[in-house]
Amino acid sequence: MLNSSLQQLGAALRSKKISSVELTQLYLSRIAALNSKLNAYITVNEEMSLAQARAADVQLAQSPTNALTGIPIAQKDIFCAMGWRTTCGSKMLSDFIAPYDAHVIEQFNRVGAVNLGKTNMDEFAMGSSNETSYFGTVKNPWNRNAVPGGSSGGSAAAVSARLCAAATGTDTGGSIRQPAALCGISGLKPTYGVVSRYGMIAFASSLDQAGPMARSAEDLALLLNVMAGFDERDSTSLQRETEDFARDLNKPLNGLRIGLPEEFFAAGLSADVAQAIESSIAEYKKLGASVVDISLPNSRLSIPVYYVLAPAEASSNLSRYDGVRYGYRAPEYTNLADMYEKSRAQGFGDEVKRRIMIGTYVLSHGYYDAYYLQAQKIRRLIAQDFVEAFKQCDVIMGPTTPTTAFNLGEKNDDPVQMYLSDIYTIAVNLAGLPGMSIPAGLDGNGLPVGLQIIGNYFDEARMLNVAHQYQQVTDWHTRTPQHIEV
Amino acid sequence: MSLSINDVYKVARLARLGMTEQEAQTAHAQLLNIFGLIAEMQAVDTTGIAPMPHAQDITQRLRKDVVTEPNQRELFQAAAPQIKNGLYLVPQVIE
Repeated sequence: MLNSSLQQLGAALRSKKISSVELTQLYLSRIAALNSKLNAYITVNEEMSLAQARAADVQLAQSPTNALTGIPIAQKDIFCAMGWRTTCGSKMLSDFIAPYDAHVIEQFNRVGAVNLGKTNMDEFAMGSSNETSYFGTVKNPWNRNAVPGGSSGGSAAAVSARLCAAATGTDTGGSIRQPAALCGISGLKPTYGVVSRYGMIAFASSLDQAGPMARSAEDLALLLNVMAGFDERDSTSLQRETEDFARDLNKPLNGLRIGLPEEFFAAGLSADVAQAIESSIAEYKKLGASVVDISLPNSRLSIPVYYVLAPAEASSNLSRYDGVRYGYRAPEYTNLADMYEKSRAQGFGDEVKRRIMIGTYVLSHGYYDAYYLQAQKIRRLIAQDFVEAFKQCDVIMGPTTPTTAFNLGEKNDDPVQMYLSDIYTIAVNLAGLPGMSIPAGLDGNGLPVGLQIIGNYFDEARMLNVAHQYQQVTDWHTRTPQHIEV
Repeated sequence: MSLSINDVYKVARLARLGMTEQEAQTAHAQLLNIFGLIAEMQAVDTTGIAPMPHAQDITQRLRKDVVTEPNQRELFQAAAPQIKNGLYLVPQVIE
């Protein structure tokens, strides 16, 4: 049951081989047994999950049902879910009970999926290792001395260790793809605007996008079918025809043109990762694809640009945490300004403060043109590189990360080193393109390697097709961590 | 890039982040490193390039100026650190 696809689980639920309550209990008991080792979940609420499962069982007895009815899904703790503690990995929101549902949560509720719990994450999604969480580090199920990646590290670890059927994540600079790669699972960041940001706690609003994290491309397609959709409460949500993201899964790949950016295979890429990516490209050639050498000359600037724009937006978004309307308030203070300063100093962790400082500085008088505006101009150059590239190819491929999972604590003291681990993912967010990561091999230490697939705007169905066809002829996505019983 | 320790205090004040002297020292060193990384950007010639504030070249939708939210004051104030008679309590602002 634990290794069944979402489609198989749905079939088992509909044919009454198992009930949603039984399936939910199965996962809850695994969480009870294994979460202390992995710290993948911040909040589990058996009562609320089982109430949803009971309702799903009623729904399953009637027809029609959705593919995800009754299936337990782990929700990143960045999504407000009514009645659930929603912390965003921060002390600032450690007691916050969400009074409303995010659009993503509504979408899952609408089809009768079960909220299995809230997964651990870097504080306010700011991090690449899950080490900035106020609730402690998540351990990588493949090696518990290694990081799971971040910021959606709890979701990635939970999917990888079979502590949920599937999960959600958010990706501002790589936060779905990088942990998916490091934990050996599949993850998709859709085109900006495809999934509503309503009720998703804001980090950098022009880059934040939610997406699914699961064991296969086929599962991702079913999840995205539920998550996507227009929502008038998010002013950047796009009004588009409803589409079935699974429609092209079985198309052959004959004639597919894969662009390989030279910048993604340059210095800094570890030999193990390079080798795994080359093997997967060879596999794609066997499937009928051809390879085109392309260049994304401005992609090297994506990290500097990102570390101006994302902190600038974050400093603005996080100004709402003032200790007045919700969130942490310092126990002692002398006046209103002191209350703000102490509440924020005590409620935010170091990385969040660092980014607020960067953002406040680049937006401050006298620096705006040199930093913020210059970064926005280069953002356009980066996006234009992709426009040019997609004239020559259908999808772009490369490594998701320069190395496999690094050790806990390894990059903690040096923010710059940590930032560089997102070198291949950030440009995609800046351009607003869809990107995904799928398992593509193991390194010499048995740690997973992720293959990144970047598509043109709104080309998610094709990307899922490309990933699914690879998963029909390889078995990397079915590998499970050795140390975790499944 | 000449970010001084005084700039660090100034920015912390603007961002309403209380900071001890030692925290400011650490922040100063780290911010210098990060701005070293960002400096690469300065050399790029962006003459004539329009800034890209957003991923999609679309204008934001406007919604009709109508009331859509019901009054849920009690529900929303349940999350507040301190309230009284439906009001948020803060330290005295006017002497």
